[in-house]
Amino acid sequence: MTPKRQKRLTIILAIVLGSSLIVGLVMYSLNQNINLFYSASQIAQGEAPVGARIRVGGMVVDGSVKRATDSLRVSFALTDYENTVNVVFTGILPDLFREGQGIIAQGQMDKKGIFQAVEVLAKHDENYMPPEIAETMKAKQEAVK
Amino acid sequence: MIPELGEYALILALGFSVLLATIPLYGASSLNALWMEYAKPLAKAQFTFMVISFVCLATAFAQDDFTVQYVANHSNSQLPIQFKLSAVWGGHEGSLLLWALILSGWTIAVSLFSRGLPLDMLARVLGVMGIIATGFISFLLWTSSPFLRYLPRSPQDGADLNPLLQDFGLIVHPPLLYMGYVGFSVAFAFAIAALLSGRLDAAWARWSRPWTNIAWAFLGGGITLGSWWAYYELGWGGWWFWDPVENASLMPWLVGTALMHSLAVTEKRGVFKSWTLLLAIFAFSLSLLGTFLVRSGVLTSVHAFASDPERGFFILVLLVLTIGGSLTLYAFKVPNVKSESSFGWLSREMLLLVNNVFLVVMAVTVLLGTLYPLLIDALGAGKISVGPPYFNALFVPIMGFMVVCMGLSSAARWRNTPLKNIKKQLLLPALISLAIGFIFPFAYGDGFSFRVFLGISLSLWIMSTVLHEFKAKFRANSSVLAKLKQLSPSYYGMMLAHLGVAVTAIGITLVSVYSEERDMRMAIGDTIELADYQFKFLGTKPVTGANYVADQASLEISLAGEAVVTLHPEKRRYNVKRSMMTEASIDAGLFRDLYIALGEPLADGAWAVRVHYKPYVRWLWLGGLLMSLGGILTVFDKRYRKNKVTTSGAAHA
Repeated sequence: MTPKRQKRLTIILAIVLGSSLIVGLVMYSLNQNINLFYSASQIAQGEAPVGARIRVGGMVVDGSVKRATDSLRVSFALTDYENTVNVVFTGILPDLFREGQGIIAQGQMDKKGIFQAVEVLAKHDENYMPPEIAETMKAKQEAVK
Repeated sequence: MIPELGEYALILALGFSVLLATIPLYGASSLNALWMEYAKPLAKAQFTFMVISFVCLATAFAQDDFTVQYVANHSNSQLPIQFKLSAVWGGHEGSLLLWALILSGWTIAVSLFSRGLPLDMLARVLGVMGIIATGFISFLLWTSSPFLRYLPRSPQDGADLNPLLQDFGLIVHPPLLYMGYVGFSVAFAFAIAALLSGRLDAAWARWSRPWTNIAWAFLGGGITLGSWWAYYELGWGGWWFWDPVENASLMPWLVGTALMHSLAVTEKRGVFKSWTLLLAIFAFSLSLLGTFLVRSGVLTSVHAFASDPERGFFILVLLVLTIGGSLTLYAFKVPNVKSESSFGWLSREMLLLVNNVFLVVMAVTVLLGTLYPLLIDALGAGKISVGPPYFNALFVPIMGFMVVCMGLSSAARWRNTPLKNIKKQLLLPALISLAIGFIFPFAYGDGFSFRVFLGISLSLWIMSTVLHEFKAKFRANSSVLAKLKQLSPSYYGMMLAHLGVAVTAIGITLVSVYSEERDMRMAIGDTIELADYQFKFLGTKPVTGANYVADQASLEISLAGEAVVTLHPEKRRYNVKRSMMTEASIDAGLFRDLYIALGEPLADGAWAVRVHYKPYVRWLWLGGLLMSLGGILTVFDKRYRKNKVTTSGAAHA
């Protein structure tokens, strides 16, 4: 092999090794960090894993928001108009959080079947419905028909 | 009447861009000088009518013409005038109009400032930009005209601009960002023109360098501003969320950074030519992809405008045509490219190649993380989202390694460098930065922290190697002042930008490790302590703004018994949309920010209050500004002007 070819081969090998390393890293971190989305019905049927980081979406049930008097603990129920799931969150809710509004909560299910949220997301548009929710609801409506 | 004029001007602009996309390109391929000469006047005409169209829309906003749908949906008679004008780009249609206006602005800038460019090259560059303009203006006219009317029944008043956007940040952020996005079209056009002409020597790299640097500087400035805006306006105290739309602006920036460095190597050494071409194509393609992601609503994001599948489809077609067309052209032409020199393992070329690879890999991982949810959804494997930990887990090691190479490159020479020289030059900076990095977490925090050690060492490594290289320039010189003058603006620009990286890295490290945050329920008179500061809640009072009412709280902050400042965060309620907005109040400082946001009112006059202590958070934007300033500074290099004169001389000869 000429020195020039040898150099070329080394470069190619380095690129192949490097990129497979990166791809491996990417796949690994993706698997560690993806958050699966569940609807209230899926949770009611026990499909959601306990203790894993997941997302739950739904509409906040009217009259379900209850605040603790001495802390920032809030509890509310989320519905996809079929089943509901109870959510507990400690902290400040986003400006557009209100009853009847579509939101997404991130956190995990505890053993009692209550969703412990660490983050609550509401969109800055009052008519907004997260596409995930819109789709599950559409599927629901079609199933009813 | 005025909106119709605007629409008419837009149609005329489309006509001129169609001409610009055909006549000069045809002239260049058939060597018809007259037809090539048409490029400049056509660029002027296109720009003129785009300006007229834009001014018409702005006038409709200023005059509260609510018969125009776009105005009615994004403005209101109560809105202060500066927000009425910035509302022009507050929605989908107007921001696309701004996109097209900026594109025609770049086009005319190229035609004005490229006197030295050979005629056929100029004709091709402007022609390619004409093609892009044709695509975007037809997109505007067919799917999203901002001039549509509500007739005969028009609303009495407008629906108001989203309160989040009623802010100085929105006035400046989108135009800057678009200047960057669209600016990469110039580099793209130069690359395509070089491919079309088949003259793939280093000349095209020299011509497109200043344009690429300016576009990169604007994009960086836009991203910095966006981050700052998100920090004070969204009320969460975060400065980067790995939101799909943020990623959409970061990807072209990363590839643009790679492009900038690769162009330098191509110009100076005549290597990496085909790679540079590819980067120019990708930088602009990613800008288009960014536009697609924002406009089509395929991704859930804080930025998502009202979305429409038809629009998304149109942009997707544009995207496929651009990427497909340019890559096909590339595949046919690039085998003719020859490198003009060779280089060794330890050389500036090699280190810049490493820099390029890392930047591109980073852009690819961001792209993967952004598109992975889409892919999984399309495969029907469930709905997922990719969280910030993914991006952080990859960004930190890749960037860390790249920064190590960045320091090395300051000691490396072109072609080849003996290892001995590098050791001799960089041993001291390396030891100093490691030592200070090790001591810092003990001195500043309360114990060793690996992340702080890493971040501070790497930042100091950049700073010390940059300064070391700067100092080395004076060794053989008698007069310091003469040497200072002799060094070129592009050298100073590079130094400034590299120091900016270090400053940003310090900011990111310290703010992510030493930030403190508390969400508390506070009744009147309550005090909480955070990072040695005492925050006393004094209660709220109602205040009235131009188009909102608010509860304004007062919090007295003191440090060791001494009063520091009293902050007034607000909870606003905008009259028209009836939407709530948190207006955070910040005591900004070079070494720390105190940040207070109001949550919701609780019983008995108590409020939920969020208090942040953010050390060195300003550094992250300061570094971003330094990088952009550095990018702009490089353009003032005499070299570009001189080169232009010689090339024009050669062209005329």
